[in-house]
Amino acid sequence: MSGFSLRRLLAMLHKEWRQMRRDPGTIGLTVMLPLIQLFLFGFAINANPRHLPTALVSADHSIYERDLVGALQNTGYFTLHRYPSAAAADEALARGDVLFVLEIPPGFARAVTRGDKPEVLMEADASDPVAVGSATAALLALNATALARDLPPDLRAPVPAPPFGIVLHQLYNPEQITALNIVPGLIAVILTISTLVMTSLAITRERETGTMENLLAMPVRPVEVMLGKIIPYVGLGYVQIGLILLVSVTVFGIPVRGSVVLLLGALGLFIACNLAMGFAFSTMARTQMQAQQLAQFAFLPSMMLSGFLFPFEGMPAWARAIGAWLPITHALRICRGILLKGNGWAEIWPDLWPMALFALIVGTIAVRLYRETLD
Amino acid sequence: MSAAAPGLAIDVHDLRKSFGARRVIDGLSLQVARGEICGFLGGNGSGKTTTIRLLCGLLRADGGGGTCLGLDLLREAPRIRLLVGYMTQRFSFYTDLTVAENLEFVARLYGLSGVRRAIEEVLARIGLAGRRDQLAGELSGGWKQRMALAACLLHRPALLLLDEPTAGVDAKARREFWDMIHEMAAEGMTVLVSTHYMDEAERCHRVVYLAGGRLVVQGTADEVVRAARLVTFEANGTGIEQAAARLRHLPGVETAAVFGRALRVAGMERAALAAAIERLGDSGLTWQEVEPRLDDVFIHMLQGQEETS
Repeated sequence: MSGFSLRRLLAMLHKEWRQMRRDPGTIGLTVMLPLIQLFLFGFAINANPRHLPTALVSADHSIYERDLVGALQNTGYFTLHRYPSAAAADEALARGDVLFVLEIPPGFARAVTRGDKPEVLMEADASDPVAVGSATAALLALNATALARDLPPDLRAPVPAPPFGIVLHQLYNPEQITALNIVPGLIAVILTISTLVMTSLAITRERETGTMENLLAMPVRPVEVMLGKIIPYVGLGYVQIGLILLVSVTVFGIPVRGSVVLLLGALGLFIACNLAMGFAFSTMARTQMQAQQLAQFAFLPSMMLSGFLFPFEGMPAWARAIGAWLPITHALRICRGILLKGNGWAEIWPDLWPMALFALIVGTIAVRLYRETLD
Repeated sequence: MSAAAPGLAIDVHDLRKSFGARRVIDGLSLQVARGEICGFLGGNGSGKTTTIRLLCGLLRADGGGGTCLGLDLLREAPRIRLLVGYMTQRFSFYTDLTVAENLEFVARLYGLSGVRRAIEEVLARIGLAGRRDQLAGELSGGWKQRMALAACLLHRPALLLLDEPTAGVDAKARREFWDMIHEMAAEGMTVLVSTHYMDEAERCHRVVYLAGGRLVVQGTADEVVRAARLVTFEANGTGIEQAAARLRHLPGVETAAVFGRALRVAGMERAALAAAIERLGDSGLTWQEVEPRLDDVFIHMLQGQEETS
């Protein structure tokens, strides 16, 4: 009975499959979880918000005011609403009804034609930098040209010719659509939930309900129990990958510029990382509750420090160091790289080997921690 | 390592096992002959479950050793597992699988040839055939216990280790369960069964009493009773409850308990016990000395344990 037996592994798998099939929760979670997450994150998150409500307080109705308002609206970032007074507009800003207040002072048109270079005040609610960031950038580029059409010829500032020109090519996602960044990342996030959380629960459940004692007393080897528990979740993970890719392409118009086979292979390694971690957690936890908490403990940094929600390069060095150890950080880059950039082997290699290393280390720990006896 | 005596299914010496600083098994030696039904008795926490787990390789002993079915306990644990059927104290099968599916899983893990036939045979033998397609989680206590027994018997083990198999099961189911155990012992199977029920202990060929991780006394039920040298008196009449309450506090009386219409008192010394009864005065009870029963002896031993610990 020593050594590995395919027959016993098949017996384990058969049992797992029966249990999985009988539990409507597992199937529901497999299909519904990715769909709900996709639609939530894919449609709801926008890192480049447009049409932000802006209060306009104008004491000078003139052609220049209309030019300025028109130019603002043409950027696509501002939707203007007239307010009777500065006080009312500031109140609206404090309440959060508007994110900007634009004040055009009395005698604005006259001052412009006189060449006094008057100032208009734009107040921004900068409490959320992401919300107003792109809009303020657009604003600063505006004033050189906004009024040009209606100015008397002598006031039209000669556009100074800069000593060199910058040509900006926004590659991979030129329209800066957030979904194009978020949705490929979701593949990694959803796989983390289903494989990490589910494996750690599945194995702890055997211990909690006492069936582990029975398994240990029977002639089944630890590696067979481990594989028997893990393989169904690998299958589950791939079903989810397929589902997410399908919805990503058809609903969100995510391009598939690289090789799907390469993506599936790389994600296999990522699944291995999660299963190793889930198995390690399950050997440490005594109850399903503890396993759940351990998985949660790993899941939060995975969301926050991996570059899924916030740019990885924006984090301080120590946070990047933590992030670099998380397999999801690398899986994210691989997903985005293959789908959006058409990356191949050579480009994803720097993200493949850290995952392989992680799987190896954590897998070894998990096997060491798994005991064949009850003590 | 001592060579296993040919007639012994279990032959272990000086087993020791600690969990952290707590010593659970403290130099236990145990011999069980092949084909014997050995009752494993002792209070809660006396080490019964731990001993059973040591025997089937679920735990590794810290010290001591021996053989189980002629195989070395420490070095040949995997082979022992193939020959032993272990029934856990707690029902530990998959509640979301049917009886037949659970049995099929076990049969396949043991690599039985002719899984289907083996299952049908064991179902028929244990009287479970009618429930084969019921979910294990929906079975009542008695049926769950039968299913667990069926799963232990599938691979035709030479030794059955049963850990409180009948806890929480009704009297009829318990009797039927024991009938099956006797049937199997008659076919040559060795059975080690832990229990708290005295009627079950009396159905064993031999009982072993454990306290504090040591074997305290062993033998047939009669031998154990005789070895205890307990003196028992029984009284009949009205007012036995009041008499029992008074007697409990008198010197020389270890236990005084009412069973139906009779009051039984027990102690180690006949003279002291008689004196205590004397001190009750004329209570209108008629006293006579009776043979101590196994339960008198065990309560006596459990009390002795509490006093020393």
